[in-house]
Amino acid sequence: MDGQATSGGGGPAPHPRDHDHAAEPAQAHAHGAGAESDAAAAHQTLPVRRSILEKNERLAERNRGFFRAKGLLVLNVLSAPGSGKTTLIRKTAEALAQGLRVGVIVGDLATDNDAARLRAAGLPVVQITTGTVCHLEAEMVARAARQLDLDALDVLIIENVGNLVCPAAYDLGEDLRVVLMSVTEGEDKPLKYPPMFHSADVALITKIDLAAAAGFDRAQALANLHRISHHAAVFEVSAKTGQGMPLWLDYVAQQRQSVRGSTSG
Amino acid sequence: MHEVSLMQEAVRLALESAQAAGAQHIHRLALRVGALSGAVPDALRFAFPLVCAGTIAQGATLDIESVPAAGWCGYCQAEYRCEDYLSECPRCRQISAELRRGTELELAAVEVS
Ligand SMILES: Nc1nc2c(ncn2[C@@H]2O[C@H](COP(=O)(O)OP(=O)(O)OP(=O)(O)O)[C@@H](O)[C@H]2O)c(=O)[nH]1
Ligand SMILES: [Mg+2]
Ligand SMILES: [Zn+2]
Repeated sequence: MDGQATSGGGGPAPHPRDHDHAAEPAQAHAHGAGAESDAAAAHQTLPVRRSILEKNERLAERNRGFFRAKGLLVLNVLSAPGSGKTTLIRKTAEALAQGLRVGVIVGDLATDNDAARLRAAGLPVVQITTGTVCHLEAEMVARAARQLDLDALDVLIIENVGNLVCPAAYDLGEDLRVVLMSVTEGEDKPLKYPPMFHSADVALITKIDLAAAAGFDRAQALANLHRISHHAAVFEVSAKTGQGMPLWLDYVAQQRQSVRGSTSG
Repeated sequence: MHEVSLMQEAVRLALESAQAAGAQHIHRLALRVGALSGAVPDALRFAFPLVCAGTIAQGATLDIESVPAAGWCGYCQAEYRCEDYLSECPRCRQISAELRRGTELELAAVEVS
């Protein structure tokens, strides 16, 4: 694929402080208007060694601490467009409503359809319109969370932008990464998007009511998931018929218990 | 992909370093990009001048060092070159998913004056 550094012929030789600029011919650097003579403008290479994702990671840790202190279980729900995130979140919240109060943050490129659907189900919802940004970042979640009464919640579910590539690199401060693949997408989804599926704490196979119609090879899908998402808890559900939902709901309730336990302990 | 936001953040870090050193110009950014980082070098290069425009990094060059991925085999206690998250140790044929390198997205250095 990509070879090595693209420019700078001579390589990144450490520049001594009294670097003789004149000895280095034709450096094509565009100096601004008030640039001094060449001799004075000695170049210096500053080592930086900082991760480009460092800022997001710092903010994500801050979110995590904040959510922990509130005793909240936070889920980051990820999938390709249309795998069933909004439907699953709505059904999960409705089913948990007896014992647990669920709030939702929804990331969407443009519309607020998903937020409206969730609001119609009576859930506290904040919509983040990301515009051209193809993933949620920790900072957006921090801002959105301020618009929710977190003290009145037990579980916060974040619906990420429908995308299996970009959101993989962005920690939001969640407790669990929940990655969905629907039976209509093919068994090899985990093999096509390994970073995302590798980072999953939970992998959900959704729309299992359509499995037969879609000719879904369950054994193959599970084998692929176990290869790539080998740390993940795997559930098979249909938000439409409710099949498989009880196991998933028990799991969420249990996770919420252990988050709370770690806070009050 | 989100190469524009990645580049924005890289340039922000570069400006921070340049300012701390009291520099007037940024001439070069050196990035290290892992083969499995998900970022596409050509897309980073495309975004670079757009993000530099109007800053002291305007006109700077961009060097990208591609970092090949390396897996780690717990049985052999050894590192090996690999192409994917999941790979097979060439010695013992065990499947491993432990990466030692390859996900880097790092601003390594800036050249300033
Ligand atoms: N048969 C069936 N259809 C489902 C199920 N879950 C969701 N759907 C349908 O799949 C379509 C997409 O579902 P959504 O819940 O909107 O999916 P999403 O992942 O939130 O979509 P985006 O936010 O656009 O990425 C809708 O038409 C749903 O009615 C299910 O369990 N079974
Ligand atoms: Mg949705
Ligand atoms: Zn080995």
